Amino acid sequence: MELFRFKHDIPFMSYGRLTTTISLVTFILAVFFLASKGLNFGVDFTGGTVMEMHYSQPADLNKVRQELTDIGFHDALAQNFGSSHDVLIQVPAKANASGSKLSEDVLAKLKSGDASVEMRRVEFVGPQVGRELFDNGAIALLMVSLGIVIYLWIRFEWKFGLAAIIANLHDVVIILGFFAFFQWEFSLSVLAAVLAVLGYSVNESVVVFDRIRENFRKMRKSEVSHIIDNAITRTMSRTIITHGCTQMMVTAMLFLGGETLHYFALALTIGILFSIYSSVLVASPLLMMFGVSREDFIKPEKTTAEEVLP
Amino acid sequence: MNHYPLWKYLIIVSMLALGLVYALPNFYGESPAVQVMPLRSQLKVDAALLKRVEDALKSAQINPEVLTLDTAAIKARFADIDTQGKAKDILQAQLGEDYMVALNLQPRSPHWLASLNALPMYLGLDLRGGVHFMLQVDMKHVLDKALDTATSDFRATLREQNVPYAGVSREGNTLSVRFRDAETRSKGMSELKTRFGGMDFNDTDSSSEFRLTAAFKLQEEQVIQKAAVQQNLTTLRNRVNELGVAEPVIQQQGVDRIIVQLPGMQDTTRAEAILGRTATLQVRMVEAHLHSEARDYSPEKIEAAKRGIIPAGTELLYSRRDGRDEPLLLSKQVVFTGENLTGADASIDQQNSGSVVSVKLDAKGGIAMKNATREGVKRRMAVVLIEKGVAEILTAPTIQSELSNRFQITGMRNTEEANDLALLMRAGALAAPMEIVEKRTVGPSLGAENIARGFHSTQIGFVAISIFMIVYYLMFGGVSVLALGANLLLLVALLSMLQATLTLPGMAGIALTLGMAIDSNVLINERIREELRNGVPPQTAIHVGYENAFATILDSNITTLIVGVALFMFGSGPIRGFAVVLCLGIMTSMFSSVLVSRAMVNMIYGRKVRLAKVSIG
Repeated sequence: MELFRFKHDIPFMSYGRLTTTISLVTFILAVFFLASKGLNFGVDFTGGTVMEMHYSQPADLNKVRQELTDIGFHDALAQNFGSSHDVLIQVPAKANASGSKLSEDVLAKLKSGDASVEMRRVEFVGPQVGRELFDNGAIALLMVSLGIVIYLWIRFEWKFGLAAIIANLHDVVIILGFFAFFQWEFSLSVLAAVLAVLGYSVNESVVVFDRIRENFRKMRKSEVSHIIDNAITRTMSRTIITHGCTQMMVTAMLFLGGETLHYFALALTIGILFSIYSSVLVASPLLMMFGVSREDFIKPEKTTAEEVLP
Repeated sequence: MNHYPLWKYLIIVSMLALGLVYALPNFYGESPAVQVMPLRSQLKVDAALLKRVEDALKSAQINPEVLTLDTAAIKARFADIDTQGKAKDILQAQLGEDYMVALNLQPRSPHWLASLNALPMYLGLDLRGGVHFMLQVDMKHVLDKALDTATSDFRATLREQNVPYAGVSREGNTLSVRFRDAETRSKGMSELKTRFGGMDFNDTDSSSEFRLTAAFKLQEEQVIQKAAVQQNLTTLRNRVNELGVAEPVIQQQGVDRIIVQLPGMQDTTRAEAILGRTATLQVRMVEAHLHSEARDYSPEKIEAAKRGIIPAGTELLYSRRDGRDEPLLLSKQVVFTGENLTGADASIDQQNSGSVVSVKLDAKGGIAMKNATREGVKRRMAVVLIEKGVAEILTAPTIQSELSNRFQITGMRNTEEANDLALLMRAGALAAPMEIVEKRTVGPSLGAENIARGFHSTQIGFVAISIFMIVYYLMFGGVSVLALGANLLLLVALLSMLQATLTLPGMAGIALTLGMAIDSNVLINERIREELRNGVPPQTAIHVGYENAFATILDSNITTLIVGVALFMFGSGPIRGFAVVLCLGIMTSMFSSVLVSRAMVNMIYGRKVRLAKVSIG
């Protein structure tokens, strides 16, 4: 079976103006939502307490909220999640709050209302720890970006490195934009997913760039845009199949992995979809824009001869 | 062209066999078990204890599936949770307070696997349920205490050396000593300098007075803080023993934090109460005893107390260590607590070369000790450790002279006894208060659910990929799927071997690694197809396909590796589990998707000289 057989190269580069506009618009939208709505950071980063409660019968949320107000947690958030039996309670960190003891107080109060309630999970993160996790997350993102730039620098010419990192940070910003727009909770595991996507989509660009470089050596007579079109067309099939396979795993996680993995898988899904798009339609036009040419590869004749692939 | 030499096949086969052996324990699962550990260092885990456990279980007609003895504990495995609970109650009742009987899970794998050190993957708290605490040690308090102790030590030193001084005071993190003239100042400085090597001294004479200031050297501050964290760790270890948790993790994180993980622990209120307790060591005066050489010798009072007539403000306790059984009537008033203790170390006394415990107290403790001992020479004093709410007398020495913040407890029979006493005294004290800055609790049902979810999604994803690959690439798809299976096997084996903590994000990491690993095979298969399409003969196409794809595979894995390493370095807790899986998964996928799949392809097609067609769809 073969799904993608292209007799002729698809003229991706001639769509350059259109795709760049699309990317720019999505990017600007993402930045806009990030700036206006901001990310909905989870307790990992803000500090606070999250409790997962399980009731033997469908939970009465209003009663739970009233009970929380009764013991002084006016800013506590109670909502259903997963099923009507499960309630997620979030209490933001406060300087004067009782810290780790808070969950005990809440459980005691809820138990007095309904003895069947069971505490399934508690996460308490002190404000200072939250701050540190945030800082470490930011450092991790920076280190990953830097590591990838350095790697691409060594591996390719600077034009490629720059094009790849711009294209892929564009993916990251778009994922973050989605999380800002829908106000999905941004937790540590989502951050991990975002970083994983960064690595994953860079590798996507690497595959295309490898082909472009190979084509520059093989297709000596062709135009630059034709060389890039050919490289993209010939890696197209692999790109879609690979991402399709990864997405099968991620989809399984998205629907079967439970609440904890849900946003992790969601971030991966958005990331995978956009990384196909960006490596093909963002990175390559950028490469054109930077004025990539045959001279970038074929400098000394001798090494070229050795490097020509069979 | 498509042949591997024999040694390559052998390496691949032996790697896979090794992987199978170490992955195997995960398939057997775990059974409920009970673990018996002694709580005192004098008690040994030996055949005699094994016999006691065996007999206790036999008399209750409980048959453990396996009963094993290792260096630290005796473990008994049972068929179900009911038997486990019953066994725990019986053993705790039979063995008494000196032993910890904890519920646990034991791998059900056969003995030969255990003897190879092949264990199932180590599950994190989010998968097995339990509590995770991160405690922050109050370092400012530690330094404050050290400075207070130094203040009183300065005074004592100057007095002993007959150096007149006007006063010692503390300003922030510096101590300042005032003198009347330059001569006493320099004398005082040299005396203090020889005794307090860890401090920096400066003279800061002003027009009106002669002063010197002292502050801890940075190095010394670090030593003090390190010692405080160490002592808190020791104390926490002792306290966690009270909780009866089978495999607690207590470790330092960073400079001033301690992580406590209690797998299977559900009662977080109790855990917090016990971990957060400030002091369990008390020193109290003895009001009556049966030792005729010391003051307050009073067999009548003891007899009366035994009959229940206990004077107000006192209580009757027994000193039961090392086979003694001495009744003592103790005052309820506490002279000082573990909070005032800054050190307790076993050493050898220079004068009579006996074993002693040298005790150091902070300034407050020193004053209390001085007041209590000034009038109390030849009276006895009891060191009481409160464990599980039960007060136990560690020792009750006779006061020989007026004491202050440094003194010795003599009369130990040997170094071991001195070591024990020092350890127990330290255990009763927290060097510095701690605050819980992070707490994560996962109930056991949620843990089991998480495992099921993680397993289920990986399984579904794997099956979906397999079907697609086989339909799309036929034989080569089949080879890719087998290679992916080998990847999973090796990854699980590696995780089991390293006993790396598997968390829920770690399980997601396994799924994601598999989803990404298939990329290598897709790359290879697409390359081969392309070559075939260009009219290259099959054998050459296979060869060139693998060769050309390899550089790309290497590239894409390196970018993922960069992510994995960065996440490991800056991530925390569960995210680290994800990072570990990601990094290990890259290594196993390189091996399986390139070498294993190539070996299979070579076996299938490599022998045929005239290969007209390959099954690649």
